[in-house]
Amino acid sequence: MRKVFIKELTRLNKKKKNIYLVINDLGYNVVEPFRDNYPKHFLNAGVSEQNMMGMSAGIASEQCHTFVYSIANFSTFRCAEQIRNDVDYHNLPVTIVSVGSGLGYGNLGYSHHALQDYSLMRSFPNMLILSPGNNDELTSSLKFIVKNPQPSYLRLDKDESIQDNQNKYLKIEPGKPIKILDGSKKNVIIVTGKMQSVAQNLVKKKYRGYSIYSLPIWGMKTKKKFFNSINKFSNIITIEDHFHDGGFGSWVGEILKTYKNNINIKSKYIMPESIYEVGSKNYLLKKYGPK
Amino acid sequence: MKKKFNNIIQNIRTNILNLTFKAKSSHIGSCLSIVEILVALYSGVLKKKDKFILSKGHAALALYSTLYEKKFISLKTLKSFGSNGTILMNHVSSKVNGVEFSTGSLGHGLPFGVGKAIKFKTNNQSNKVFVLMSDGEINEGTTWESLLFASHHKLNNLNIIIDYNKIQSMDFVKKVINVEPLISKFQSFGCNVFNVNGHSVNEIISFLKKKSPNKPKVLIANTIKGKGVSFMENNNLWHYKNPNQFELSRALKEIKKKYA
Repeated sequence: MRKVFIKELTRLNKKKKNIYLVINDLGYNVVEPFRDNYPKHFLNAGVSEQNMMGMSAGIASEQCHTFVYSIANFSTFRCAEQIRNDVDYHNLPVTIVSVGSGLGYGNLGYSHHALQDYSLMRSFPNMLILSPGNNDELTSSLKFIVKNPQPSYLRLDKDESIQDNQNKYLKIEPGKPIKILDGSKKNVIIVTGKMQSVAQNLVKKKYRGYSIYSLPIWGMKTKKKFFNSINKFSNIITIEDHFHDGGFGSWVGEILKTYKNNINIKSKYIMPESIYEVGSKNYLLKKYGPK
Repeated sequence: MKKKFNNIIQNIRTNILNLTFKAKSSHIGSCLSIVEILVALYSGVLKKKDKFILSKGHAALALYSTLYEKKFISLKTLKSFGSNGTILMNHVSSKVNGVEFSTGSLGHGLPFGVGKAIKFKTNNQSNKVFVLMSDGEINEGTTWESLLFASHHKLNNLNIIIDYNKIQSMDFVKKVINVEPLISKFQSFGCNVFNVNGHSVNEIISFLKKKSPNKPKVLIANTIKGKGVSFMENNNLWHYKNPNQFELSRALKEIKKKYA
């Protein structure tokens, strides 16, 4: 998804002209199209995530939209207070871009796995989470956030595969699930992030007849809207490449406890036992991932 | 002869004392140590297009009192400091007119200021950025991360003022984490460094107006924590304590006599 992201960001800045891309000394063979087109709007902050995030807020405070590009935990946990105080509290248009969702970095290990990032980012009141399930959702989410700049977290899968894409912009709204597979009106699987293939497998076996929905944009401020979209369902299965604690399924569970309803929920997620074992993304997902 | 800035300095110190007493808040020593720095900035340095960031956000009341003197906020607003249902929290808030950035956790102001400075520089804008930091903030890693970036990018529109009162939260700086030799530390990070009297408005103005070709500027403003009130000076008790009625009266008398 990285290359699609950079290509689309480069295209969007042709018109917007106020986008900055800030990296912390990574993104080799990915970020160059933006850098080469807009060298003055491209900054390498070096290996210093806290300064990078505070500085990105400062740039954003001067009528610019800053994209901060990094790997998994470096642009989130390493600079969590800068995100909390500088970006989210000031409601500034900084989009934090994190590559390598879930177990995406495979045998690079736990330091590079994004397994708790939803829990951190969804605790900020102004933050929107963008977790596209495919490249169409990615370009559509990106177009939305550039048109509506605000504190945001874009979570990208490391995989560059182009399957499931029709190269078109989707009608996309925060908190509103997009239908991926038509089926039951009452029983549904709701996925966020690039986990749609897991849902497709489940409807072939255990959850035959279920509809599949994807939720690419969500966060604390979209809870009510999301509830209004799902209140018609009876049984919901959630799928994510993240721990259960503080994750997407827990977010849906919190919503169901807040508003009156008769919906049953089951969540599928990555098991914390995964953290000490070495393996490729597919190996680890097969053993510890949602199924 | 009465000095040029005595009135405004007296007013700010008087409001700091009265409102700290009223709100039962803390950080009176930190507020009193930066009064002349704020007067210099707001009376002789800052232009409308420039940006000022108070990184030592716990000295909010000193800034609010200066903003009142410069007509950014009303007396009614200033007097609401620390009261229920108002916007003047004890750590500086950008919800207050004239405040650029909310702080309170140390080490956040400089990276934010660096962001503004690099944006102005890459867009060929002549706006300047001023960041006022405490000496305790020198402990923060972000200070040095930001300086590396600022000097690499030759951010000569960035002006850093260190309120060097030599007392941090728990004790004297030299006893907590010794930061000396401070001048050569900043120089080695690629900054133009000036060692100034932090209680001389004219000296601060003249050094802040000096050009700093190709380098960020650092003013080490030598100050006294609790400046202006004899029993508060150089005593870290006044990082925390708010004055009782007797102490307030005594402090106000001293301020009146000193700046009359």
